[in-house]
Amino acid sequence: MTLALSAGILVTGAVYLMLQRGMLRVVLGFILLSHAVNLIIMAAGGTSRRGEPLGADPDPAVTADALPQAFVLTAIVIAFAITIFMLALAVAGRGDDDTDDLIPVHSQPDMDVDADAAASEATPSDDNPAETLDEFASEREGGQS
Amino acid sequence: MTGSLISLLVAVPLLAAGALTMVSRYTRLTIVVLMSVLVAATAGGVVLVIGAVDGTVVAHSVALWPAGIAIPFVVDMFTALMLTVTALLTTVCCVFAIFTGHAARRFFPTLVLVLTAGVSGALMTADLFNMFVFIEVMLLSAYGLLVMSAPGKADLERIKGARLYVTVNLLASTVFLAGVGFMYGVAGTVNIAELAGLASEDTRVAIAGAVCLFALSIKACVVPVHGWLVRTYPVTSPVVTAIFSALHTKVAIYAIYRIYAVIFEGDARFLWVGLLLFSATMIVGVLGAVGETTMRSILAFHMVSQIGYILLGVALFGPLGLAAGIFYQLHHMIVKASLFLSTGAIEVRYGTGTLGKVKGIAKREPLIAVAFFAAALSLAGVPPFSGFVAKLALIMAAIDAGQVAVVIAAIAVSLITLLSMLKIWSEVFWGKQQPGEEAVAATQGPIKVTSGTVAVAEKRRIGAGMIAPSLFLAALTLALGVGAHGLLSLTQIAAAGLVDTAPYIQAVLGS
Repeated sequence: MTLALSAGILVTGAVYLMLQRGMLRVVLGFILLSHAVNLIIMAAGGTSRRGEPLGADPDPAVTADALPQAFVLTAIVIAFAITIFMLALAVAGRGDDDTDDLIPVHSQPDMDVDADAAASEATPSDDNPAETLDEFASEREGGQS
Repeated sequence: MTGSLISLLVAVPLLAAGALTMVSRYTRLTIVVLMSVLVAATAGGVVLVIGAVDGTVVAHSVALWPAGIAIPFVVDMFTALMLTVTALLTTVCCVFAIFTGHAARRFFPTLVLVLTAGVSGALMTADLFNMFVFIEVMLLSAYGLLVMSAPGKADLERIKGARLYVTVNLLASTVFLAGVGFMYGVAGTVNIAELAGLASEDTRVAIAGAVCLFALSIKACVVPVHGWLVRTYPVTSPVVTAIFSALHTKVAIYAIYRIYAVIFEGDARFLWVGLLLFSATMIVGVLGAVGETTMRSILAFHMVSQIGYILLGVALFGPLGLAAGIFYQLHHMIVKASLFLSTGAIEVRYGTGTLGKVKGIAKREPLIAVAFFAAALSLAGVPPFSGFVAKLALIMAAIDAGQVAVVIAAIAVSLITLLSMLKIWSEVFWGKQQPGEEAVAATQGPIKVTSGTVAVAEKRRIGAGMIAPSLFLAALTLALGVGAHGLLSLTQIAAAGLVDTAPYIQAVLGS
């Protein structure tokens, strides 16, 4: 029961965070979600048997199921790798899409991307044509607050 | 004997990728290794198809651990066909990448090799958790490819679409993992062969399986969870779009086929859900394409629509429907890659894929026009191309199952598909390019133009190396249409393996 409740609370927090606009919050939401799923897998192995599955002749009646633990270990590694990658994405390419916290209306990128793919290559500043230094600074502050 | 060799399809690309990271500066060497591994994988796939003709199933437990604990690899006809076509298409796309200069980017060969290993592993494994791991292997390299291959020269600068792609796929993977956890909790195993038929007996297993299928539907981009694909595929480089279109959603579709066939044993109680969702996918996808203004976004929406067709095969469960669906899947992978490569060649050379910005390609680049036209007709389902056979087989199966509404939807959708293809054709391939536009295209194009822009632009042609891949695939779809009997009989063997899962189960658990 404790595991089920914990997983439920983690999923609640994860969904709340993932529905936020900032990429960092989305990443934090995913961290919570992967913890919730790890708890589900641990629960799937049963919580009553806690003995270590080691030694010459472990008794299956008291030892923990090792397979879910191996699953969780693998899942943690994968989730960790992707979290790092997503954190990098949260920093790189500000303003490339609309996941940032505050976006000035004029720099809202259109989703018709290919139309400007070539144009922005010729003049990189095309991404945010009307953006001035001041606006950029205020956007940064907005993003951090 | 061949049992232990099938794990090489995963091991060799992974080892090669690992070795290439150490010598990633030697571009030629990495490309040679990449191409040789891919060609070898294709050859291996062909050998496996030949071996599976009599219905034998090859299985191997990695490191000879007992069944249930080991990582099981299984190859039956369905798997072998998928392995062959995915490896072939990756090879063709990499040829294209060599000529666009993409393959020379650092780590491109490495990432493609990891992708190949992930795809082969996900196709071959008979264990849900290992499937999750291999899908993640495939996706992690895809994330890398997506970010490093933004259009133009900006490495790691433009990540448009990448965040969406990563978050959606991670969400789907996490949900899939939760489904695997539930499955272990209620059934005590995640081995697909051990789970065989349990879902039709035990509702709890069916629910756990449904969670897995839901996650795979996100990855396969079934309506209403299709939005991510049409917003991410058009924003990376054309070659990466082509590779993704050939591999990613198709692995998810394969997994849906496999899980529904083995764990649910084609349970007729739930088929209506599939019929409803997959028909909606066909219709919504093709209608979405109407409003798009670039070649690749139109093609991406059509991909959604075609995925509806492919998955109808599993919703019309039975030898006819499954054979038609598998045939459709193979046909679709080839045609879609061809279309992405031919439009990609135009995009790379002329700097844009927006309708109306490039015109008159048919006159200037007749070979690309031929490749595009053939593949477009095949996509719409015009004889004598493979699309016609695929659609005919699927519609026959639907009539056989008494699903008249699905038949009408399928025919209507293929007409709209044809209209959409003709839109690209008339906007891009017909018409005359005005000198002014040409100058713009020339300065923006990836090629450095030094002298008079108009004159150079007049001469500029898409090189043979960039034409050949799409032309080859277009010829392949024609060949599969004219000689459809050969592939159809192979897909019937594959379908038989999904209807009668006993040989599959015996191979996994018996070895």
